[in-house]
Amino acid sequence: MDVKLINPFISATVEVLGTMAFTKASVGKPYLKKEEVATGDVSGVIGLTGERNGSVSVSFAEDCILKIVSNMLGEEYSVVNDDIKDAVGELTNMISGQARKTLDGIGYKFDAAIPTVVVGKDHVISHISRGPMVAIPFDTPNGPFTIEICFDEE
Amino acid sequence: MDLAMKILVVDDFATMRRIVRNILKQLGFTDIVEADDGSTALEILATDKVDLVVSDWNMPKVTGLELLKKMRADSKFKDIPFLMVTAEAQKQNIVEAVQSGCNNYIVKPFTADTISEKLKKIFGE
Repeated sequence: MDVKLINPFISATVEVLGTMAFTKASVGKPYLKKEEVATGDVSGVIGLTGERNGSVSVSFAEDCILKIVSNMLGEEYSVVNDDIKDAVGELTNMISGQARKTLDGIGYKFDAAIPTVVVGKDHVISHISRGPMVAIPFDTPNGPFTIEICFDEE
Repeated sequence: MDLAMKILVVDDFATMRRIVRNILKQLGFTDIVEADDGSTALEILATDKVDLVVSDWNMPKVTGLELLKKMRADSKFKDIPFLMVTAEAQKQNIVEAVQSGCNNYIVKPFTADTISEKLKKIFGE
């Protein structure tokens, strides 16, 4: 997959979590993911159309997202509830928006749909495209999360 | 800036309404009302005297841009300052919002300082 499509999502993720949740995310080594089962317990997925069609997901371990949302809203959360789901949707939205801004700057136009959120151990993330799925693992002081990027091939 | 002004925060995500509300409170504002999309916002505008609208762009039913256009076309609401807070950061979006009468524009993610700075610009301080 074109690396130009991947990097904007990595930097957008780091920026969004740093600015909105005061959380430092360290980027791991990207890999090709085969299975649809999510790496995390709560995932946000957003469809993208334009230059290519595809989707991007962000899948958080439970402890990781509880701390992120606690930081975002200035209130402690200990269980995954509707507030957490809503926040994951909004985080997915912001990551997509920031990445699309960078992509727009290099001439790639994308529109985004409204994000959906899936919760539960071993849930499945259905990407719209059948193209290769690139997973990028991240680590935070409170646990890991992964973003997955999947676009139609040219 | 009058800290007692009534501010209408419009966003379909409760999280973002809470973040904006928390920041506005932190800046000293006390009278904050919320709407979950443009159509609910129009209902509130019809009954309450709102002094500032802080709105998202992408929302179901009536979007932030549609809300802005409806407000600017209505003599009762055309002068109410409008701050767009959105993930839509592409140049054409910003141009369209400004041409439609948006007073200022914030791209998510943002900090409390950004909101404070934009409000000062809107109210000429």
